[in-house]
Amino acid sequence: MAKQPVDYEALLSSIEASFPMVQILDKDGSIVNKDIMPDLSDDELVELMKRMVWSRVLHDRSMALARQGRLGFYAPTMGQEASQLASHFAFKKQDWFYPGYRDVPQLIQHGLPVSQAFLWSRGHVEGNNYPEDLHAIPPQIIIGAQFIQAMGNAVGQKMAGKEDEVTFTYTGDGGSSQGDVYEGMNFAGRYKAPVIFFIQNNGYAISTPREKQSAAMTLAQKAAAAGIPGIQVDGMDPLAVYAVTKQARDWAVAGNGPVLIETITSRFGPHSTSGDDPTRYREQESFDYWEQRDPLIRFRKFLEDKGLWTKEQEEELIEQTKEEIKQAAKEADQAPKMKISDFLKNMYQEPGQNITEQIEKYEAKESK
Amino acid sequence: MANLTMIQAITEALDQEMARDEKVLIFGEDVGKNGGVFRATQGLFDKYGEDRVSDTPLAESGIGGMAFGLAVQGFRPVMEIQFFGFVFEVMDSIVGQMARTSYRMGGKLNLPAVVRSPFGGGVHTPEMHADSLEGLMAQSPGLKVVIPSNPYDAKGLLTSAIRDEDPVVFLEHMKLYRSFRDEVPEEQYTVPLGKAAVAKEGSDVTVVAYGYMVREALKAAEQLEKDNVSVEVLDLRTVSPIDYETVVKSVEKTGRMVMVQEAQRMAGVGNTVISEVSQRAILSLEAPIGFVTAPDTVYPFGQAENTWLPNAKDITDSIKETVEF
Repeated sequence: MAKQPVDYEALLSSIEASFPMVQILDKDGSIVNKDIMPDLSDDELVELMKRMVWSRVLHDRSMALARQGRLGFYAPTMGQEASQLASHFAFKKQDWFYPGYRDVPQLIQHGLPVSQAFLWSRGHVEGNNYPEDLHAIPPQIIIGAQFIQAMGNAVGQKMAGKEDEVTFTYTGDGGSSQGDVYEGMNFAGRYKAPVIFFIQNNGYAISTPREKQSAAMTLAQKAAAAGIPGIQVDGMDPLAVYAVTKQARDWAVAGNGPVLIETITSRFGPHSTSGDDPTRYREQESFDYWEQRDPLIRFRKFLEDKGLWTKEQEEELIEQTKEEIKQAAKEADQAPKMKISDFLKNMYQEPGQNITEQIEKYEAKESK
Repeated sequence: MANLTMIQAITEALDQEMARDEKVLIFGEDVGKNGGVFRATQGLFDKYGEDRVSDTPLAESGIGGMAFGLAVQGFRPVMEIQFFGFVFEVMDSIVGQMARTSYRMGGKLNLPAVVRSPFGGGVHTPEMHADSLEGLMAQSPGLKVVIPSNPYDAKGLLTSAIRDEDPVVFLEHMKLYRSFRDEVPEEQYTVPLGKAAVAKEGSDVTVVAYGYMVREALKAAEQLEKDNVSVEVLDLRTVSPIDYETVVKSVEKTGRMVMVQEAQRMAGVGNTVISEVSQRAILSLEAPIGFVTAPDTVYPFGQAENTWLPNAKDITDSIKETVEF
């Protein structure tokens, strides 16, 4: 028999080998790759831990508020603190953020008051009344659409000559199957747009497991087809997530174009507060496996070993955050009742005849 | 004044607005060196460079997302969808995202993007190129939908569309691109969005049309002059928002109305106009409103196009029925 022109098995293995997972801190808090330790001061390390603990509390309290009917739609984030907060830690205030709906913690860290995040969840327009210096648009609901928009935003930054500014955006393992995710990466590569794309691979798209999304062995490799760098990182390791994100930002700012980062992470809870029960599609072993890899456990251990973190400090932070969230929920209760006439006024900068007529009609109704 | 075709008037509008405002960017499939498949962007790549006139990868959704992000960054994107039949690939960007932005942000962020696209039947395109999908767009609050019927309006309306602070879908009927010429001023001017025009004055019946159907309505009107029927032809020019004031004023004068659209009969722009006129001017009407449309089938196979599309004869028949009621 003649020799086959291509060795498919070797071809596939070589792809997999090109996307190894970057890790610095293992699950027990030991440094496994000190050569690539990020250059973070002790204060910065502590600040990163604070943000992750803060996010865990935000998760816990949001779940509780949702159960009490005081929040609307909320997408749980427990387990993804390193993936979310350590990546965000590498960006600057001027960078533009196009979040998915699970990315509320980063949005708050980027400058959205907690009370407004709650109003967004409840379905109130004031939740989107962003402060002038918050460079972000509200969380995207259409899975993947944020990738093409972030790309456009970054093309604009480049066109405008913004030198130390990038755009960053997140989707999940489910989102990675969307055409928009590829289109965003492909356009960004073609325009060399300064955008950092994240796929937070938390294992499940609602109930559909990662292996049913794609035969691709990694999601990071999807970058290769667009001609841009793709990296897989341990998404439970804050130091690794920060290090690769920082490098990606530097790469983009230097004019090299976009980067895709796949964070291997886990959502410990349900998909959302709308009645999802993860035990319907996920075995106990999976929860156990991932909970041992909790980013807080390993980072706490790492900081404690360095003498930078104590149990008391953490408890104090938890209490403080609970209070902050309590106040934010109260503040959100004060938002004024929305008016249909205002919605109509906000449809266009200049309303046409039909909208003008409807504004009059609803204003009359609402003044009664 | 120059004697221009509609496609030339469109190119001139783009050219002059790009010269006036450096924030205006054009992008889409083949719009660069090739000047677009209809040559709407002819010469602009050479004049303004590939940063401002760029060939995108072949992906409509990506084009829509790019327009969204550029508008957020303060640019005035003018994106081209090569044929409007391809709009389904970019529906989310246009209807789900651009149209909702101002509302979603409480009016604080507006999205001044223009979606330009050729559409319309009678030029023997392959499938999925010629459909009249303006009704889908008009049903989406937050968008403005503009359809010129002649070179003069095309230049003025497109200039207004680019300067408009809201997302505008600008639909160019392919049959109008090169079928006739108009006197078009060389200097820049605007034709306001949301205002209908009286294409021909008359006193017996009002025909409301837009896009290419304005031409067929004018033919019908000319024909009927011989039978002493005086037809007023209104050109909506913008199908969202609709200028009911001008329509109602004309119907109050003539007492009769025929609505004409190239699109199929179900839902759509024509039904909206008829419904509003019924509510606003029922006492002025002396006959049921006539409604000329294409039948409710999929846009037909090329060889059946000419029997499927509404034409001057159909309009004449409907006018006669209305007048003789």
